[in-house]
Amino acid sequence: MRHLLDTRTLTRDEAILILDIAEDMSATQQREVKKLPTLRGKTIVNLFYEDSTRTRISFEAASKRLSADVINFSAKGSSVSKGESLKDTAQTLQAIGADGVVIRHPASGAPAMLASSGWIDAGVLNAGDGTHEHPTQALLDAFTMRRRLFGENSRGRDLDGISVVIVGDIMHSRVARSNLWLLKVLGANVSFVAPETLLPYGTREWPVTIYHSLDTAIREANPDVIMLLRIQTERMHAAFFPNEREYARNWGLNDVRVAGLQDRTIIMHPGPMNRGLEISAGAADSERSTVLEQVANGVSVRMAALYLLLSGERGESA
Amino acid sequence: MTASPDLLIRNVRLAADLTERGADHQSVTPVDLRIVDGRIVERGTALEAREGERVIEADGLVAMTGLVDLHTHLREPGGEQSETVLTGTRAAAAGGFTSVFAMANTMPVADTAGVVEQVKTLGDAAGYATVRPIGAVTEDLAGERLSEIGAMAQSRAEVRVFSDDGKCVHDPQLMRRALEYVKTFGGVIAQHAQDPRLTEGAQMNEGALSSELGLKGWPAVAEESIIARDVLLAEHVGARLHICHLSTAGSVEVIRWAKARGVEVTAEVTPHHLILTEELVRSYDARYKVNPPLRRDEDVRALRQAVADGIIDIVATDHAPHPVEAKECEWDAAAFGMVGLESALPIALLTLIQEGHASWAELETLLSQKPAEIGLLEGHPASLAAGETADLVLIDPTGSSEFNLGSLKGMSVNSPYLGMELPGRVAYTIRHGYVTLDDGELVAPEVVAQAAARAIATATATAGSAQ
Repeated sequence: MRHLLDTRTLTRDEAILILDIAEDMSATQQREVKKLPTLRGKTIVNLFYEDSTRTRISFEAASKRLSADVINFSAKGSSVSKGESLKDTAQTLQAIGADGVVIRHPASGAPAMLASSGWIDAGVLNAGDGTHEHPTQALLDAFTMRRRLFGENSRGRDLDGISVVIVGDIMHSRVARSNLWLLKVLGANVSFVAPETLLPYGTREWPVTIYHSLDTAIREANPDVIMLLRIQTERMHAAFFPNEREYARNWGLNDVRVAGLQDRTIIMHPGPMNRGLEISAGAADSERSTVLEQVANGVSVRMAALYLLLSGERGESA
Repeated sequence: MTASPDLLIRNVRLAADLTERGADHQSVTPVDLRIVDGRIVERGTALEAREGERVIEADGLVAMTGLVDLHTHLREPGGEQSETVLTGTRAAAAGGFTSVFAMANTMPVADTAGVVEQVKTLGDAAGYATVRPIGAVTEDLAGERLSEIGAMAQSRAEVRVFSDDGKCVHDPQLMRRALEYVKTFGGVIAQHAQDPRLTEGAQMNEGALSSELGLKGWPAVAEESIIARDVLLAEHVGARLHICHLSTAGSVEVIRWAKARGVEVTAEVTPHHLILTEELVRSYDARYKVNPPLRRDEDVRALRQAVADGIIDIVATDHAPHPVEAKECEWDAAAFGMVGLESALPIALLTLIQEGHASWAELETLLSQKPAEIGLLEGHPASLAAGETADLVLIDPTGSSEFNLGSLKGMSVNSPYLGMELPGRVAYTIRHGYVTLDDGELVAPEVVAQAAARAIATATATAGSAQ
């Protein structure tokens, strides 16, 4: 792969390849010495225009376990408004010989723009851009689902026929978008549940079933997976919904709803969680919850992505 | 004072004679035009060249009255790193334009007689095109108090078009007052229809694609609701209203309805809204970032049909130059707008003439006659008949060529058409009887400036002797 910018353009084979390599990476993480020599001599820059400790340390761990040299560049505050442009920063990274750039940016499309600009030869990995995509989050979510569903037999499998219900602020969520495209290419059935104000305009043209009621979604979609999205409390003041209580009542995964789930249903959350708002403490801490597995799997998936981007000679084609 | 060199244009086909859509331009009889002292003095066939007269052999070319752009951003004063009056009018001449209306969103804003007179004077001195400044409707484009509309109308710049373009006059009471007040001075309000609340942070057309790309959506209704409100206000107070850059099928329907009611409303469409769609935004290439945004296929089809039906009155470029750094950046941070003067005619040929939505005569109306009429552009030739001002453009409608950096004659290069094969060619632009674009090449600034000075002196002398 030349770059990893989104999941929308990933093919089924590419997605499964990444997930299978992540299985290999995961196996190495069970060893006492977790470090591989694979990317020795490569330089990876974590270029973060937005705060995200969880994602940054996950990428940092993945890079270091592949023996790459890591430079953490917190570019927040050095964007256009403060002076230095993305172009200038990219050219600086080119000058210091970066092989890979992991970029988190508040502007949708910034990684795609960087990848196509000609300013830099490095492989570009999107670590979340605006409200566009967060491909490694979706890949680690798919990896986690596959592991839970198929266990040791995960390798080579897709998610054909699996029902995934994603609940919450779909409108502002790059995670929801990346998950939708990836899960569809892997054969899953995806549903979104949210008040109309938190559904992106035109969502009904997407390959997804829309529900306004979480109870109806649980009943009709019979989910294998329920994925909660974090509600940012400032949304309440922007009139997307009246208040926390009303949101939690209608769209929160509370203990009553958890009790009504099929035994096989797992509960996912990309974190950080608002306990008592979109997810109850009981749901978050139950055995169904995969929250900590997601974090652990994130490192393996990111190792796989970095390996595919940066090992060997970097070519033009996938 | 020496008069301008006389010109004889031989064997040119007149766009005005090509009234049938789809007609081959060769199907009408060519004519010769003789130009003396800035005017067409003779139209006939087999005219003999006189001594000292320059002859342009125009067989195969089509002549139209000089193009008029009712919507140009020249950026000067204040935005000279993007464009100046000189460079912008060079771009205009290269595109076949002999007159441009310069939008008011400069720094300082063109909201006083001083600024509009400055812009006009710079245009007169450059000489590539007649520059008619547009005055701001509200002070500093702030949308709070009317600007000195009367002072601008009565100034040497003779402002007749008023617009806060780039911003919408969104306060309904202020819009009503503006419509009423400009009536006093024979003016027209050119509205940038964009509800500011519905488009806060908006980055592209709202739809499934904006949601997919994670760019904040710009709903069609934000344009359509303002147009609907304003045509009703214009009807209520009996004023003239012009709507800038229509971009949606719904806006077309509102204008269609308003015209059927007899509201005195005119509407413009940009060349880019006649050809480009939101799909291009997938690239996150900020050259496609424009206000209003590129819309869907069905909007493009509706806009073309509206031109064919006469619902849209004019094509206007919204030429919006920006320096490279304003476009080579993240989509959210990039400036809105694209340059359009040099590409307007090829895009019109591609979307309107070749698609059978307009005849050559109708194209002359869309790009020359009607914008001049809306902007009350005095002295603009009504036709290429003897006695008219010699503002004209000669176009080679055949063939195609790559539109590239060399095609751009202004200061900025934010064109979406770079690398595209575009039809036709603007061969000659003639303003007030002197050539500004000569066989596709711009005439040197000092030559044009001298010719312009002579033309002004001749016009002044003629006016003096007539008194």
